[in-house]
Amino acid sequence: MPMQTEADVTTNPFLRDRYAIAGVGETEYLRGGGRTTRAMATIAVRRAIEDAGLEPSDVDGMLSYQGGDSTFAPFVAGDLGIRLNFYMDVFGGGTSTEALIGIAMGVIEAGMCRTVVIFRSMNGFSQVRIGGTGVRAAETVSGDMLHSRPYGWISAGQHFSFTFMRHMHDYGTTPAQVAAVKAIHSEHASNNPKALYRKRVTVEEVLASRMICEPLHLLDCCVETDNATAIVVTSLERARDCRHVPAVIRGVVGRVNKPRMDMHYQHGPISDVAAKYARERLWSNAGVGPDDIDVTGSYDAFTFTTMLLLEDYGFCKKGDGGEYVSDGTIRLGGRRPNNTSGGHLCEGYTHGVSMVVENVRQLRHDADDSCPIGPDGRRQHTYDYREGGCRQCRNVELTANLSWAGAQTTSGLVMRRG
Amino acid sequence: MTVTADYLGLRLQIADVDHENLAFFKSCAEGKLRLQRCCACHLLRYPPTTACPFCAEPAAEWSEVEARGVVHSYTRVHHAIQPGLKPHTPYVILLVELDAQRGQPGPGDALRLVGNLADETGRLADPETTDKVGIGSRVRMVLAHLNDDLAIPHWTLDGDAETWRYPGDGRR
Repeated sequence: MPMQTEADVTTNPFLRDRYAIAGVGETEYLRGGGRTTRAMATIAVRRAIEDAGLEPSDVDGMLSYQGGDSTFAPFVAGDLGIRLNFYMDVFGGGTSTEALIGIAMGVIEAGMCRTVVIFRSMNGFSQVRIGGTGVRAAETVSGDMLHSRPYGWISAGQHFSFTFMRHMHDYGTTPAQVAAVKAIHSEHASNNPKALYRKRVTVEEVLASRMICEPLHLLDCCVETDNATAIVVTSLERARDCRHVPAVIRGVVGRVNKPRMDMHYQHGPISDVAAKYARERLWSNAGVGPDDIDVTGSYDAFTFTTMLLLEDYGFCKKGDGGEYVSDGTIRLGGRRPNNTSGGHLCEGYTHGVSMVVENVRQLRHDADDSCPIGPDGRRQHTYDYREGGCRQCRNVELTANLSWAGAQTTSGLVMRRG
Repeated sequence: MTVTADYLGLRLQIADVDHENLAFFKSCAEGKLRLQRCCACHLLRYPPTTACPFCAEPAAEWSEVEARGVVHSYTRVHHAIQPGLKPHTPYVILLVELDAQRGQPGPGDALRLVGNLADETGRLADPETTDKVGIGSRVRMVLAHLNDDLAIPHWTLDGDAETWRYPGDGRR
């Protein structure tokens, strides 16, 4: 796979190739986990540190994100006996993972700490429902919410649908094209024993599922789950001493916005998303372009979000997203598979960490859970993507994560195999 | 003074320090759509803000705007999240582009207000009426009056227009 070369490779702009993800960890993806967010975070962080081949005492930085629905870094660090030189717990959902990776690189570069664990822990099914039902639906409405919640405009799907509908109107995108995202991700999930929904579904089944809010059917929406996920960010130098091939960070952009992020529909075309503003920065920071990418992790809170991000990050021409996600490109065995774990639509909902976790494993050439283990103790990938089979892509060298907090906000991350 | 009201099972509250929202919803209660007009660049804006998004000037005056426009996008909700909305499904949430200030200050800019499709009295539209609205529908403002300080602006169909509707089977 060809990679663009810099005129002066010694300058290494934007910390390109200086930091890496050395470890990843997660709990099971469940509906009804029966544990606190603190207990789950502790498990995921511990697993990520172990996966890196590090000890808890090697970690001295911690970042987390949440929406008032999780535990804080000091508790997790305390439970694992970690003394922190830096921590921060920030507010946010989707787009936080990549943004925090950028922050982790910055604080390590500033000499504030050496190795940072980023976690997200959420009982998104059994405590604070991500879809907004339960306590969130009953909150007193004030401030800016007076212009949304009285209209029954509260859930993510309801908020995003103006963009989705307008994309169909502007470009002729069809329900069946977009439903292909769920069908394809379900194929990927059927090869992922960790996924909550492992059953393959067809485009017809997506379209036959009940309507939630037009244009979203039930199966256009992701699943609410209980889980924690974690990644270890450190310098490439340290990552080289860790257990696995490092996933080297080529470039990152975090929480890039459209104009008027307070009410972004004031600025059109509303069928454009923030990726339009993020893409030049991401690709120039990474020194590669969309054509160079082998595997994508395009945020699938909804089938539509995957399509819109791929389109506006430049993986296809504006307006051709419906065709791109339905012509086989994003399927395992296709030209550029997307969300090989099954993503948020099928594996479980993590506000983005799991999509980075999966791409790290793809870059290690170790995304598989089913192929036979060879004499060297490694999976012997069959690249047979039939149900229950392999999900490792061939010769993965470069991955991209494209994430979504709404049409108005995106983050992006490009990693290469170290 | 803090303004409160109950609406569709929700407790609405405008804090006594929230001058922008107090003014906006008071205007609605008086039957008028008033938006902030910047004292420096004279552009209107929505929703209420504490400075001008186009020139950063804090000073603004409330200016009456003709409450008519066209549906720029919409969603019809079949599965309500809030308990108080469940009896009203399917209900329609509209993104209404006002005729006033369309295409200013840039070609993609417009005053786009959110509201429900409703009848003349501000009650949410019945299911049959929700079949008639789409992108391109002409609408005008109607109000759900809650008290002397607070009314919720909604929209009702205002004549015939060529519309685009969701092409799938939205009835399911």
